Amino acid sequence: MKINFNHIQTAHCENGVTVNLLQHAGVPQITEPLAFGIGSGLFYIHIPFLKVNNGPAISFRTMPGLIFKRTCKALQIPVVRQKFRSKEEAQRVLDNCLKNGQPTGCQVGVYYLTYFPKEYRFHFNAHNIIVFGKEEDNYLISDPVMEDFTTLSSYELERVRFAKGMLAPKGQLYYPKATKSFDEKLLQFAIQSGIKRNVRDMLYIPGNVAGVSGINYTANKIRKLRDKLGVKQAGLYLAQLVRMQEEIGTGGGGFRFIYAAFLQQAHQFIANDDLLKISEQFTQSGDLWRSAAVQASGIYKGRITAQSDFNEMANYLDEIAMLEKNAFKNLSQIKWNN
Amino acid sequence: MKKNNIPQDKSALENYTKDICYALDEKGNYTTVASSGWEVKSTALDVTWNEIKERISNIKNKVIEGEVSPILFFMEVKLMDIKTLAAYTGFWSWQVKKHLKPANFKKLSEKKLQKYASVFEVSVETLKTMELDENKL
Repeated sequence: MKINFNHIQTAHCENGVTVNLLQHAGVPQITEPLAFGIGSGLFYIHIPFLKVNNGPAISFRTMPGLIFKRTCKALQIPVVRQKFRSKEEAQRVLDNCLKNGQPTGCQVGVYYLTYFPKEYRFHFNAHNIIVFGKEEDNYLISDPVMEDFTTLSSYELERVRFAKGMLAPKGQLYYPKATKSFDEKLLQFAIQSGIKRNVRDMLYIPGNVAGVSGINYTANKIRKLRDKLGVKQAGLYLAQLVRMQEEIGTGGGGFRFIYAAFLQQAHQFIANDDLLKISEQFTQSGDLWRSAAVQASGIYKGRITAQSDFNEMANYLDEIAMLEKNAFKNLSQIKWNN
Repeated sequence: MKKNNIPQDKSALENYTKDICYALDEKGNYTTVASSGWEVKSTALDVTWNEIKERISNIKNKVIEGEVSPILFFMEVKLMDIKTLAAYTGFWSWQVKKHLKPANFKKLSEKKLQKYASVFEVSVETLKTMELDENKL
C-alpha cells in the first residue's frame, strides 16, 4: 500500500516532517521557515559538564520534538503521539496508520540508518522521518533531509525506532489529525506568538548558558581552551562545535538563515516592515557564524594555533551574541496591530 | 549569504544526498539551494573520525597489554558510551564498567559474552581476539 504523498526536501529533519505532515493534513501554506519560526526553533544552549562524543554539548535549536508540537498547537491541529514498550505493538499501530491512509512521523536513531553515509552515523536518536507506505516487507520512507524517497525493511525500521541510549525514541510515532478548513488568521497569530516565545527563550532564560548569553559562555570557554587542553584537543573541541553548528541537522549557521527566511515569509502575512529589517540582522548573524566556522577550521587543521587565533574565534562569538541580542530586542519591540 | 556563495565542495554526502541551504537571491529574497557540501564542515568531520580511529588503536594496544578488556575496544568501534552499551545489552552501567576490567571479562559466562558479541555484531571468538577488518572501522 502506498499513500499519495508529496516529499519535500528540507534543511532540517524536524522542520521537514512538520511541513510534510501538515501539508498532508490540510495546511498548504506551511513552509520550512514558517514551521521553524512558529515553533520558535532558534535557540542556543551550551550544557556545562556534559560531553557528547568527547566534545562540548551545544545545541543551536530548541529541544527535539518541540517544533512539531508547538507548530501544531499554534495552528490548533490536534496531534496523535504514541510510544511503545513492545516492538510488535509499535509495528502493528504503524501498519494500521498506513492502512488508514495516514502518513506517520517516526522518531529514529541515526546509527543504524542504512541509507545514511557511514561518516554521519553517530548515536544520535532524535532524527525524524515519515513512513508513508509499505510494499511487501519494505516501508516507504520520506526522510526530509534526503533528496528522494527511500525504503527500509521492517527489521531496519524496527531497529532505528528502537535505538537506545540518550533520547531513545521508544518507537515513538506521531501525526497531526486532518483539519477541514484552515483559517489564515490563525497563521498570523501563530507567527506572532512564535516570535514572542523565541524572544523569551533567547533573552530571558536565567543563568548564563542558554540563549544569547550562552554564546558568550562558549566564547569565554574558547579563550581558555588552549591553555587548558593544549592545541590538539582544543582543535577537536572546535571541530565538534562546528559539527554541531553546521552538520547535525543543518546546524547553527543554517538555522539563522532559516530564521531570516521566516521573518521574510512572516511579512507576507503581517505587513510590518520591521520584520524585513530584522531579517537582515539574522542574515548577518548567519554569515558571522560561518566566518567563525572558517576561523575554527584554521585551528583544527593546525594552520593557525596561537592564543590570538583562539581569541579571534571567541570575539566572533561575542559579536554574534551582541548581534542576536539586538535582533531579538528589536523583535520584542514590534507593535502588533491586534 | 548570497545564493552564488553557497559552497559546492566534495563531501561524504556524495552519492547519497545534498544539503538544502537557505540563501538570498539577486532581489534579496530567501530561496533554497542544494549544496554538495562545504570543505569547512567535511574537515571537521574528518578530524573527528581521525581522532576516533586514533582512540581505537590506542585502546587496542591497552587491551593487548592487559590494561582493559576487549569490550572497551568494541564499545569505541561502535561509537558507544557506557550508558548506550548498557541500554543495548540490557546490563546495568555498573556491570558494564566491571566487565571493562580484563580479570572480570575472563570470568564472563558464554551467555553474557554472546550478549556483547551480538550487540557488537561479531562472533564470541572475535570478541576475544579483536581480529577485525580494520577497513571496516
